[in-house]
Amino acid sequence: MIADYGYVGLFLLFGIAFVAGAFIVSWFLRPRDPNPAKRACYECGEVVKGSSWIQFNVRYYLIALIFVVFDVEVLFLVPWAVIFRELGIVAFVEMIVFISILIAGLVYAWKKGALEWQ
Amino acid sequence: MVSILTFIVMVIVGAVVLGFIAVSAMFLIWWERKVSAHIQTRYGPMRVGWHGVLQSVADVIKLLLKENITPEGVDKPVWWLAPFFAVVPSVMVFVCIPFGSLFGIDLIPRDLNIGILYILALTSVCVLGIFMAGWGSNNKYSLLGGMRSAAQIVSYEVPLIISVVTAVMFAGTLSMQKIVEAQKEMWFVFHPNMALAFLIFVISATAEINRTPFDIPEAESELVAGFHTEYSGMKFAMFFLGEYTNLFIVSALAATLFLGGWQGPFLPPVLWFLIKTYGIVTVLMWVRWTFPRVRVDQLMGFAWKVLTPIAFANLAVAGWVLLK
Repeated sequence: MIADYGYVGLFLLFGIAFVAGAFIVSWFLRPRDPNPAKRACYECGEVVKGSSWIQFNVRYYLIALIFVVFDVEVLFLVPWAVIFRELGIVAFVEMIVFISILIAGLVYAWKKGALEWQ
Repeated sequence: MVSILTFIVMVIVGAVVLGFIAVSAMFLIWWERKVSAHIQTRYGPMRVGWHGVLQSVADVIKLLLKENITPEGVDKPVWWLAPFFAVVPSVMVFVCIPFGSLFGIDLIPRDLNIGILYILALTSVCVLGIFMAGWGSNNKYSLLGGMRSAAQIVSYEVPLIISVVTAVMFAGTLSMQKIVEAQKEMWFVFHPNMALAFLIFVISATAEINRTPFDIPEAESELVAGFHTEYSGMKFAMFFLGEYTNLFIVSALAATLFLGGWQGPFLPPVLWFLIKTYGIVTVLMWVRWTFPRVRVDQLMGFAWKVLTPIAFANLAVAGWVLLK
């Protein structure tokens, strides 16, 4: 068990070290010659106007909300799927009922137009 | 004494996996360029090495030597952390990718008992890297790309996970090695329900890793390069590395969950695993260079109105078939 965590932790460290190492090597090798034109944000050659942190379409927020609901549901599905054969028909019917309620939610969102993208 | 030995083994395994990731990504970039070139009746890279095999090495050296441009007004911490979030989760996934065995040694760093769940959790983190890059860049195109990417990846994650859950139902375990062993008699993909799940998995995985026909986040004709427009030099290289590592990971998952993993006749298991994985990679490249890009509304509609209901129905039918 501890070796499992050990491997995960080690790979985390290795991943970070890999990226950091690449940056450090490049830090020693790369040229440094910034100028205002180079440091401007790229907007197809036009002079940048205003901040980029602007209002965005509310649809993204709706999609995120629907996603959270379904992702939590799928998380409940995983342990059920593992011991599915031992649980038998009762658990299967229960899960179908559970899924149906969420599908009803999806249909509601669909009818309300939350999935449309104009 | 034993613990020191274990630690040394762990470090060696980690180093080998890192090496594999780097070489595999460089190979895939060259392979993608070759495949696309031949689909378009060109040669592609030809100068550096035999048929340009060393082209990616030359590109990495070039990117190492490039200036690191930090544009005006970026959100510094977010901007710098984004490449880490794009690569580190992909590296961590390799803890439980079953490469098969060679001379009686199992080539899997550690067969976690929650293997596939762990992989799904980490692949979801990649969206953070993309979104952070989009947000931190202080560029309107990047922000749009990051937004679209986040919406797309979370949408396609639902059908993807459901198709994986279908495979878990058949295997009765989350451990990657045991899922492969459960396919000893018959590969899962030969079961009708699993064939459908495989199709759903491949489609959603293509969307998850932002490849054409689902490459809305970096649609060149609309958004320049999307979330990595402002990144240059090594930071750009890291996004590229993450992208191609993810391509390898989803192909390896498809091979493991549906195509019997490392199992196959005659050849050694590790070779079978690589053949299947790179076979799927090649099919994904073929798709990328053949189909046009879909629109955002089509993309989101397809995930929620088509794939998710089909995936749920497939799950229910699979459960019914298994219980009968």
